[in-house]
Amino acid sequence: MSPFARLAPGLRSAGYLAAAPVRQVAGMWRRSIQARVVIGTVVLSTILTLLAGWILLRQVTTGLLESKELTSIAQARSGAVTAQAKLDGAELTDQFAIGPLLKGLVETLAPRDAAREDFSVVIVGPLAPAQPDAAATGGSRSSGDIVPEASIPASLMQKVTSEPGTWWVFTRVVFGDGALDPVPGIAVGSQISVTGTGQRYGLFYVYPLSEQQQSLFVVRGALITTGALLVVLLGVVAWLVTRQVVTPVRLARRIAERLAAGRLEERMHVRGEDDIARLGISFNQMAGSLQRQIRQLEELSRVQQRFVSDVSHELRTPLTTVRMAADVLHDSRLDFDPATARSAELLQAELDRFEGLLTDLLEISRFDAGAAVLDLSRVDLGAVARRVVGDNRALAELRGSTITVITPPTASPQGAPSCTAEVDIRRIERIVRNLVVNAIEYGAGGDIEVRVAGSDDAVALSVRDHGIGLKPGEETLVFNRFWRADPARARTRGGTGLGLSIAVEDTALHAGTLDAWGEPGQGSVFRLTLPKRAGDRPGRSPLPLIPAERLPMPVGAPYARYPHDHRRGGA
Amino acid sequence: MNAGPAAAAEPVRHHRGKILVVDDDSSLAEMLTIVLRNEGFEPRVCSSGDRAMAVVREFKPDVVLLDLMLPGKDGVDVCREIRHESGVPIIMLTAKSDTVDIVVGLESGADDYVVKPFKPKELVARLRARLRKFEESAPEALEIGDLVIDVAGHTVKRDNEPLSLTPLEFDLLVCLARKPWQVFTREVLLEQVWGYRHAADTRLVNVHVQRLRSKVEIDPENPQIVMTVRGVGYKAGDPVGTR
Repeated sequence: MSPFARLAPGLRSAGYLAAAPVRQVAGMWRRSIQARVVIGTVVLSTILTLLAGWILLRQVTTGLLESKELTSIAQARSGAVTAQAKLDGAELTDQFAIGPLLKGLVETLAPRDAAREDFSVVIVGPLAPAQPDAAATGGSRSSGDIVPEASIPASLMQKVTSEPGTWWVFTRVVFGDGALDPVPGIAVGSQISVTGTGQRYGLFYVYPLSEQQQSLFVVRGALITTGALLVVLLGVVAWLVTRQVVTPVRLARRIAERLAAGRLEERMHVRGEDDIARLGISFNQMAGSLQRQIRQLEELSRVQQRFVSDVSHELRTPLTTVRMAADVLHDSRLDFDPATARSAELLQAELDRFEGLLTDLLEISRFDAGAAVLDLSRVDLGAVARRVVGDNRALAELRGSTITVITPPTASPQGAPSCTAEVDIRRIERIVRNLVVNAIEYGAGGDIEVRVAGSDDAVALSVRDHGIGLKPGEETLVFNRFWRADPARARTRGGTGLGLSIAVEDTALHAGTLDAWGEPGQGSVFRLTLPKRAGDRPGRSPLPLIPAERLPMPVGAPYARYPHDHRRGGA
Repeated sequence: MNAGPAAAAEPVRHHRGKILVVDDDSSLAEMLTIVLRNEGFEPRVCSSGDRAMAVVREFKPDVVLLDLMLPGKDGVDVCREIRHESGVPIIMLTAKSDTVDIVVGLESGADDYVVKPFKPKELVARLRARLRKFEESAPEALEIGDLVIDVAGHTVKRDNEPLSLTPLEFDLLVCLARKPWQVFTREVLLEQVWGYRHAADTRLVNVHVQRLRSKVEIDPENPQIVMTVRGVGYKAGDPVGTR
């Protein structure tokens, strides 16, 4: 837009060397419309004022000099005529009488009143056409205290020497006593000749222009003062005018920021009916419609939560009755015939599954409604791992798996980073239980290792199994709701199909990450990484995702992707 | 323990305790009656919150099983009403496992809660834990802060003025007072006072410690009887009297 826009980046890069104020100004230029308008106005009006001043000064100069030129030339001309007439009428007895005659001429032509008419008369000669130089001629006679040789330029001297007539030129007048500085002036020259000898002389009128120069100084001073004042006033006007526009805009920005921060009842004050007022009205309409829609969504979410809660109650009460009835039947199954006894067992087992499914569904719907909250306490992840593994040892033995928990040495003198983090123990235990039970279910009876490690800002837990593993692309699918590795065999496995989805939601609530690695036939690894302090983002995970023995693949293995990339935004 | 045939269990019942079931769902109430009777308890059903108080006065139950969602008077209101008159142990039956609902229930005076759907054994374990005090009564006097506890007489006195505590609050105080040198974690208290085998909901402890303090502390903001040990749990305040 303006050259300053292109200048600004340059200013910024120069800012590394330049002092802080430069950066400050550059920052203001970028941020404040008002500053930009004011600076722009000041710069442009300075340029305009300079231009106008220059033109004005030229015109004044021309006007002042033109009249002076005319009067000077007229006076010099008439002086030349007078001088020629005097020379013509004089009777020159000898060659040396010319000196006093010329001296008398100068005195006649010189101003009678030096205070009113400030000029000097100089007669130079006799002129030698071959050497057109004042110094080389036969000397000069002058009135006033100017230095003729310095004040009459050579060009004029040459002109006068070579051609008859009147010539003029601008010059610098140098005064003899040196008390005054040289001033600009006009030199007018004519050729006069002595009839008898045929010798020619130059008659010069020298007009110092000190008076005109004085006037010009005054005018220039006035112009500078007015110009500067004008620029400052224009700057102030620009500031005042932009303030009228910028103030409501800034107000709108503040209100918008408050709206964004969730204070939906904030509105702008609207006064008058100009464009700014219309902006305010539109802004308020927008805020109102936003508020309405958000309220509506909140209401919907409340209704949904309420519905889930009611459904939960309505489902749970009959389920409790069924559960107790099944329990009574199950307890006395030994008295039944084999078919009825087996039925009682199946009823009991399926009720467990049904109950698990109901609990998981409610948990998921709580996440979807955004109603899940953390109940934080400081928890040692190693202790959680040992407890969960202890609880599931029986199940693991049933499947033929051995589970080992590998935790860093706690009492190391160097103080290895602890595995304690600020988490919701109920949720973390649920995640770990899910991972461990999954490893047992899909571990095909192989060994299972649970590793726990901590760094300065994160803790991690990984569960490694040596079971069927994951096919390429399944690392993200496993976290999908109701996803099963092998649909054909799905029904023989326990679980609700929601375990890992809930684990992902629980992890997201802690701002952690849950990721998976697996290769067909090589088993899989599920890794949980959590920040040590609630609300932080975990840095690098203290544990590797891909087991060392499976690491010929380069870092950034094609299948290792982070599940949180695929999750919904809000938790 | 397995109950024998109904006829043989007849004389044992009163020792096992009287249970009042306040629930509007008739099937669940009947099922509860069957299970409780099988376990040797003496159950009685009240199907509305409005009549619950009257039945409590007349039946004098040892434990109340109270459904939180009732037609007419809400379970929380019934709970407050009962607590106003009696310290009888109350176990809430709730379908909501959300934090708020449980805390509201506990703060209204319930001693413990069971989330539906529960297993019968789980419920019976909770009931037994609440009835345990009938099995132990060795004469014993304890001091905690400026309080004197008579364990057998089931009274707590400050300057010979008896304080009114519910049995659960009494158990909690006795548990702390018996080992004044020990800091009890919430998990340990859950096991010793509530009878939970493995760690359950520590909110139970928090809510009841608050309730206990509001009754025994002179300034509950600055507790002298039940002291908090930050990051660990609670311990008993040092005895003041040297009698």
